[in-house]
Amino acid sequence: MPVQLHYEKSRLTAYLSGEIDHHSAAGLRGEIDQALARLRPPILALDFGEVTFMDSSAVGLVMGRYKLLTAFGGGMEVVNLSPVAYRMMQLSGLQSLAKLRPKDEAKEKERAHA
Amino acid sequence: MKHTLINQMKLELESRSVNEGFARAAAAAFAAQLDPTVEELTDIKTAVSEAVTNCIVHAYPDTRGKITLWARVYDDGLLRILVKDSGCGIADIEKARQPLYSSLGEERAGLGFAVMESFMDTLKVRSQPGRGTSVTLEKRIKGRT
Repeated sequence: MPVQLHYEKSRLTAYLSGEIDHHSAAGLRGEIDQALARLRPPILALDFGEVTFMDSSAVGLVMGRYKLLTAFGGGMEVVNLSPVAYRMMQLSGLQSLAKLRPKDEAKEKERAHA
Repeated sequence: MKHTLINQMKLELESRSVNEGFARAAAAAFAAQLDPTVEELTDIKTAVSEAVTNCIVHAYPDTRGKITLWARVYDDGLLRILVKDSGCGIADIEKARQPLYSSLGEERAGLGFAVMESFMDTLKVRSQPGRGTSVTLEKRIKGRT
């Protein structure tokens, strides 16, 4: 399964895994968009923790979902980014649209809440 | 600086999206002989993935065509990768290279060339509308030593 969706407390989290490229992005997009249309969540969190490779298609995936969310006033978080994923998201200026959280920071936060 | 070629490979692919993963894995496996770091391998895979994806989505939008990837390694640790297609070509290379510009709408980030440029040392793009495009990527592998 390339994406696991989890909805709790008005937050839809999409746990992405494996390699995200132009080939795999289409399937991910389909699954996430179905859930978005059904739930219209106030927050969508895209979790990149188990992503082993991504190219700019993953940035396109994030930007496309952002467009959908803003249509009904939802907000976006992109979490558990590896250093290289974080660098690529920043290349696109996504930090002005969504909360970007690198891997360690998110882990620390998790521990703090535990 | 003069480089001496020590090894080379050539790979021919059909422009199917399933080959994106194959192309970047093959390029990374070939580059492994330069003993790159994990970060350098990721940079190479990412840049090749962008170049090959460009061929599939832009060069051959409604047809299937051939993509050729050459990789060469030199004695001074230089890796040179050439990705070539015989597709529709790029009318305005400068515009295509601009970050966030995409001719294909919002599902494409418009970052292909920007990522190649940022993850490799050099990027050269040659294109002729109607004839095809070739992209040359170079990276000096510093490696683990």
